[in-house]
Amino acid sequence: MSDVAERVKKIVVEHLGVEESKVTENASFIDDLGADSLDTVELVMAFEEEFQCEIPDDAAEKILTVKDAIAFINEHTK
Amino acid sequence: MFDLTGKTALVTGASGGIGGAIARALHAQGATVVLSGTRREALEAVAADLQDLNYVVPCDLSDADAVNGLVAAAEEAAGAGVDILVNNAGLTRDQLAMRMKDDEWSRVLEVNLSAAFRLSRAALKGMMKRRWGRIISVTSIVGVTGNPGQANYAASKAGLIGMSKSLAGEVAPRGITVNCVAPGFITSPMTDALSDAQKTRLLGAIPTGTMGRSEDIGAAVVYLASAEAAYVTGQTLHVNGGMAMI
Repeated sequence: MSDVAERVKKIVVEHLGVEESKVTENASFIDDLGADSLDTVELVMAFEEEFQCEIPDDAAEKILTVKDAIAFINEHTK
Repeated sequence: MFDLTGKTALVTGASGGIGGAIARALHAQGATVVLSGTRREALEAVAADLQDLNYVVPCDLSDADAVNGLVAAAEEAAGAGVDILVNNAGLTRDQLAMRMKDDEWSRVLEVNLSAAFRLSRAALKGMMKRRWGRIISVTSIVGVTGNPGQANYAASKAGLIGMSKSLAGEVAPRGITVNCVAPGFITSPMTDALSDAQKTRLLGAIPTGTMGRSEDIGAAVVYLASAEAAYVTGQTLHVNGGMAMI
């Protein structure tokens, strides 16, 4: 597993207070991990901070799953 | 009680009577204050009074780009996140609705309401991270009662109340409160210019029989900014001598 994936999952676990085993790549923040809309805004802020990148609002709206987040970050932090 | 030591407050319209009083009141409780407004000299005068723990960051609130950058500029100047945002700046362009120009309508909405939204949006980011924040907008009694000749101003002030209630609901779980203070008649150069007859008539409608002082508004803002007011959110605190009891 890539370093980015590890770090993304760690943020999700810490922020949403969910068990690590539930944070699979296909897990949806809202449907599977119990996040509300405010949590998703905060997750994006946490990703921005951790990876020193900017995630524009239109991109942020498309980050619905753990996999989406990893893909965006891999693409934009090279 | 109401100790604000270690907190940083951004106050817009800080060169005005009410804005200056708000800045002084927050500062007196220990807050670092960032004074914003369009007139640098007037802001510097307030700053000189306060002596320590203050910064001057001018901004034209009708310039959306400048407004969007103001919170970051304030945080850079103060070297700390904005914990308390006071949307105080406002202007009037009074006119009967039938004679009101589009520009008179939109300029008032832009400065009084849209700027407050943009500043709130920018300030919320840091407040969410810190799990603490206070957004206080200075609205007006006419935002609730309406006032002939002030369709634009009253709409902007009513807008602040609706906006604050909505924001309050969004961010309440993160330790952030969003409230309004609604002044009635406050002594100002404008009210000083009224004739004695006008004053008598005006005061007849106020149960306390007096006009308010800008310090009365400062005190209300201090309360809402304090840790003690943590359970008060989405509210409008009317400071009007009983002129309207809502």
